[in-house]
Amino acid sequence: MRYVDEFRGETEAKTLRDLIARDVRKPVTLMEVCGGQTHTIIKYGLDELLPKEVRLLHGPGCPVCVTPIGLIDQAVTLSEQGVILTSFGDMLRVPGTRGDLFSAKARGGDVRIVYSPVDALKLAQDNPHRQVAFFAVGFETTAPAIAMVVERAHVLKVPNFSILAAHVLVPPALRAVLDAPGNEVRGFLAPGHVCAVMGYWEYQPIAAKYRAPIVVTGFEPLDLLQGIHWCVRALNEGRFTVDNQYSRAVTERGNEAAQAMMNRVFEVCDREWRGIGVIPQSGLAVRPAYSAYDAAVRFALGEPGHDTASECIAGDILRGRSKPTACPAFGTRCTPEKPLGAPMVSAEGVCAAYYQFGRHS
Amino acid sequence: MSPVDLSLPFACPLPISDYPTVLLAHGGGGRLSHQLIDKVFAKAFANELLAPMHDGAVMRVPAGRIAMSTDSFVVKPLFFPGGNIGELAVCGTVNDLAMCGATPMWLTAGYILEEGLSMETLWRVASSMRQAADQAGVKIVTGDTKVVDRGKGDGIFINTAGVGLIPEGIEVAPLRMAAGDVVLLSGDIGRHGVAILSVRDGLSFESELQSDAAPLNGLVTSLLTAVGNDVHVLRDPTRGGVASALCELASAAKLGVEIHEKAIPVRDAVRGACEMLGLDPLYVANEGKLVAFVKKERADEALAALRAHPLGTEASIIGQVTAEHPGRVVMKSGMGGKRVIEMMSGEQLPRIC
Repeated sequence: MRYVDEFRGETEAKTLRDLIARDVRKPVTLMEVCGGQTHTIIKYGLDELLPKEVRLLHGPGCPVCVTPIGLIDQAVTLSEQGVILTSFGDMLRVPGTRGDLFSAKARGGDVRIVYSPVDALKLAQDNPHRQVAFFAVGFETTAPAIAMVVERAHVLKVPNFSILAAHVLVPPALRAVLDAPGNEVRGFLAPGHVCAVMGYWEYQPIAAKYRAPIVVTGFEPLDLLQGIHWCVRALNEGRFTVDNQYSRAVTERGNEAAQAMMNRVFEVCDREWRGIGVIPQSGLAVRPAYSAYDAAVRFALGEPGHDTASECIAGDILRGRSKPTACPAFGTRCTPEKPLGAPMVSAEGVCAAYYQFGRHS
Repeated sequence: MSPVDLSLPFACPLPISDYPTVLLAHGGGGRLSHQLIDKVFAKAFANELLAPMHDGAVMRVPAGRIAMSTDSFVVKPLFFPGGNIGELAVCGTVNDLAMCGATPMWLTAGYILEEGLSMETLWRVASSMRQAADQAGVKIVTGDTKVVDRGKGDGIFINTAGVGLIPEGIEVAPLRMAAGDVVLLSGDIGRHGVAILSVRDGLSFESELQSDAAPLNGLVTSLLTAVGNDVHVLRDPTRGGVASALCELASAAKLGVEIHEKAIPVRDAVRGACEMLGLDPLYVANEGKLVAFVKKERADEALAALRAHPLGTEASIIGQVTAEHPGRVVMKSGMGGKRVIEMMSGEQLPRIC
């Protein structure tokens, strides 16, 4: 377990905590962007380890949580129309207006969990008389793999394969957080996996414009503590740039071959984020050249519907305005068994992380 | 009835040319049903209690208490690294009886077969049940077979029920848990769940892991022989893993349980697969492990007894029972922090990235 155990040491964690305590000069609010980071923070109790001056807000970086209800409804519709609907596992429990994909499956829909979009393509090749659609959710991390599969479907001429594109992009979400009235976030821990693909050049103008240091950060406890320390240090120095804590995986330019593949298949579009609303230029849509593989086109799904009002305060939580424990439904009317909103569903969802690790009652 | 030759366990005794697959008529009670029972089940399970071919088995029992348990098995795929549905169906019920402190004696086997199932597969499953039963020292004494239309089942569903005898002076039950008890775990966790995932449709990944499926009654006997009734509670952490088993027990006994992350053995292959899939080994199924709550003063003897048995060589003390936080399980993490362990919600789902 190299690259895991080395980043979970108790002694090193204490050292880093002491460094943060030594260097933090005034109360500061930082945001970890990615749901995987949130999960580590809560799992290891890092937020409770930190000096009280450092407040962590949990960002919008859980793809399951921000996938809009209208797209979930479209996925449910596809599964009801005889299409084999394939998806990453944690999407299945996210409620849409007509229930989640698990209940669509129970009603007779053919819904299958895959771990990789490559498996979905193989399913299409193995079932030439069935339509197979892949629910393409995620951030920039998963987009290249899905682009690759679309290109491969095109080359191999697999006419019964398509994707329901629901991808979202991180930088527009950071701008949305920073532009929000009353924003208190002064620095970010940027998502290491997204940056492994995209590099961090896109984040430099954001750090400069909003005067908020950004540290590209990994996912293990020591990564996060070091990311926080670097953020505190940059704020002390008045340096509003991007630092790369996750240098074992991330370079400034990122994986340019993967980016090129994404750009061939996808184009940037406006996208609704669940609980937040439409963020301009924040999603990925299938380019017209590949529209034959776009489930929305193939099945004439039309415009996805919009969120309806609910008790869930996911929007405030995902924008860093509130914490799960501030929600009156948390742990009572909203639990992982019966989630009112998406953040209670995925392992990466902030409400699920709080619930799972006993931050209730 | 002659004992079956287990040196050739996968050779189907039915003439393949006649009925290479299960037909609806095999469950219809007529000639084909009888042929199936005679040539497959009676041959595979052959023993003196089954031999009379009565409507039920008749056994003589000594005075005292018996334990009963039943479990149904719906495993996909039917064969997985390190085991199959038949072995699981025997071990599952044997282990449930053993967790009551009982010596498992007799099992029933009920089958729901899907039309079109290959006879070869059925024979392999039945042979494997016999092997597991022999290993556990139990007899399969009666059974039933039904066949459902093709597409209405997943090949084979098996139900087993079992009866075990509880030795005099032994009382193993959740309510006997007491503050101060030590919690022991018989070995590394998560192997069965990861082995199944590694071959499941759409989730196949390379892994050399094998299921840990095994009958635990021998291990329980060693433990009971060593510390007797100072074993307060036993539980085999199957679906839902060690986390869910401990949560259920803490809640039933209205006591708190404290465990130490570092003390829980997890193989690197299991940890690696779980890291990759976004699962927590603490919630992954086991089929050959037990958790024992033992009186504090006898903990060392209990640990030595577990380690002396081939199925318990990696046994460890993973925690203790406390009067604090009743009904809750708290884990001290490797980083020094504490967190509450919750019961698993639904199924663990592989995450996106």
